[in-house]
Amino acid sequence: MSLSDSWDVLVLGLVLGSLYAVIAIGYTLVYGVLQLLNFAHSEVFMAGGFGGVIALTIVEPAVDPSGMQSAVYVLLGICAGAILGGTIAFGLEKAAYRPLRRRNAPRLVFLITAIGASFFLYNLAGKLFGRYPIAMPTMYENKTVFTVFGTRVSITQLIIVGAALVMLAAVDVIVNRTKLGSGIRAVAQDPEVASLMGVDIDKVVSRTFVLGGLLGGVAGFLFGTNLQVEYTMGFLPGITAFAAAVLGGIGNVRGAVLGGLLLGVVEAFTVEIWSDAWRYVGAFAVLVLVLMFRPTGLLGERVGRAA
Amino acid sequence: MSTNLDKDALPQPGDAATDGPTPLLELRDLHVYYGAIEALKGVSLTVPHGQVVALLGANGAGKSTTLKAASGMLRPRTGDVLLRGERVDGIKSHELVRFGIGHVPEGRRVFARMTILENLKMGAYRLRRPDPTDLERVFTLFPVLAERRKQIAGTLSGGEQQMLAIGRALMGKPDLLLLDEPSMGLAPLIVQQIFEILREINEQGTTLLLVEQNASQALRLADYGYVLETGAVVMSDQADALLSDPRVRAAYLGEAVE
Ligand SMILES: Nc1ncnc2c1ncn2[C@@H]1O[C@H](COP(=O)(O)OP(=O)(O)O)[C@@H](O)[C@H]1O
Ligand SMILES: [Mg+2]
Repeated sequence: MSLSDSWDVLVLGLVLGSLYAVIAIGYTLVYGVLQLLNFAHSEVFMAGGFGGVIALTIVEPAVDPSGMQSAVYVLLGICAGAILGGTIAFGLEKAAYRPLRRRNAPRLVFLITAIGASFFLYNLAGKLFGRYPIAMPTMYENKTVFTVFGTRVSITQLIIVGAALVMLAAVDVIVNRTKLGSGIRAVAQDPEVASLMGVDIDKVVSRTFVLGGLLGGVAGFLFGTNLQVEYTMGFLPGITAFAAAVLGGIGNVRGAVLGGLLLGVVEAFTVEIWSDAWRYVGAFAVLVLVLMFRPTGLLGERVGRAA
Repeated sequence: MSTNLDKDALPQPGDAATDGPTPLLELRDLHVYYGAIEALKGVSLTVPHGQVVALLGANGAGKSTTLKAASGMLRPRTGDVLLRGERVDGIKSHELVRFGIGHVPEGRRVFARMTILENLKMGAYRLRRPDPTDLERVFTLFPVLAERRKQIAGTLSGGEQQMLAIGRALMGKPDLLLLDEPSMGLAPLIVQQIFEILREINEQGTTLLLVEQNASQALRLADYGYVLETGAVVMSDQADALLSDPRVRAAYLGEAVE
């Protein structure tokens, strides 16, 4: 592998990793406030992909769109992904998890419910939209925008990384500088005392799901950008992003970003060095290795601080 | 007991229960359960405006449970919680804080991974527009918190954490402050200091319901006291009367005198 090839692979990995980072935040925020591994988050991601396809199919992008038109299509897709992702996440919390919290159900019940909700949602999507890949309408011609160190960076890559950066910055501000964020952090550390300060835990939990859902939905749209969506598309990116959240230290927002980027890069290099069949082997080997030496993840001891 | 003399003119809890002005807090025949365990077996007590009421008792007597029922953390199975004469039992704790209740929980429970300043801001969470003079007031009462406002709360000493927990509750502008064993596990000198600050907080107009195992300290600060045993009030009187009561001295002061 030549040096310029390595750069290509690194860019691929960072683009993929920035998507994993955005999805991983959904897992880590929900874990922070509820200590719940929300496996159905992968279906929120899938819903975002379908949201984009539905919106774009309705508007029918022009055959040879102008730059302005393309930008509008992309923004439309992002909004549709966010809305569908946020809505599914909101409904999921209300319908599946809140009744369990009312009954003080044991952890295991939450986990099984999460897996059940995941099955339900992706099979529902399969039933509604068909169990085959659906092409996302073409929004722009995926040209090379610029070249760094001999590596060509495409429009799609630029959109993905740009949108991911904006979302990560927004989450950082929300968690660390807003009232919702202080509620989220307080509930993550001590829900009982948080409610003594006037924090409505139900409201904070619901909004945390929505926040994670907005991000996951946008990630789902970006993942399918100029490609395709499918009812099972959530599973592998979802599991990988979940692994990224654990790798970074579940509950820790910055850890989720770090874990996502790391797993994206490891995945890209694994495919390059061995083959596509090894795609997820490298990333999960890294996960297992890190957890052997740091069971709480890379930034794990700070759970709740940044969450 | 010179400090209690100037308060003798005020209405006393004993009178308030029968007639006189509506007390700030009144608990009537509270029965609270943990599953099948009955932790409170009909507790009644009265906290008049502006006073300090002490709630004494051994470990497991039900002191914390009483405070939790008063602040909405627990819902009594039967019995009433009245705040300014209004029934508030059944209202959840995050809503009840708007009625002017501050609860400093047992074991301090500061947000260990937040800074001092972030903890204090959490205390003002319920307020739409936090009042900057509240922060000044807390920093005046506890200068050590002002010096270290950027420090992570988990790294503070026990005494500093207790001060932070009290300061955090004050940030919510409570009329009634519920304090659950503020002296627990602290050195005598720190306890002294905290009780002096509690007196100051009370003199500034905040009513205190003070749970303590440190009976002598608590009774010297309090106007009135209740003694709890296995979920029921077994004694109640003026604080100085309890302080000189031989039964109280034998049961609670023998072990608690510093
Ligand atoms: N969460 C709980 N679950 C079951 N029993 C409890 C719980 N909390 C307290 N208790 C029981 O209720 C009784 C009163 O406890 P508590 O109010 O904490 O006493 P105190 O504060 O006076 O030490 C004790 O017998 C205690 O064991
Ligand atoms: Mg107690």
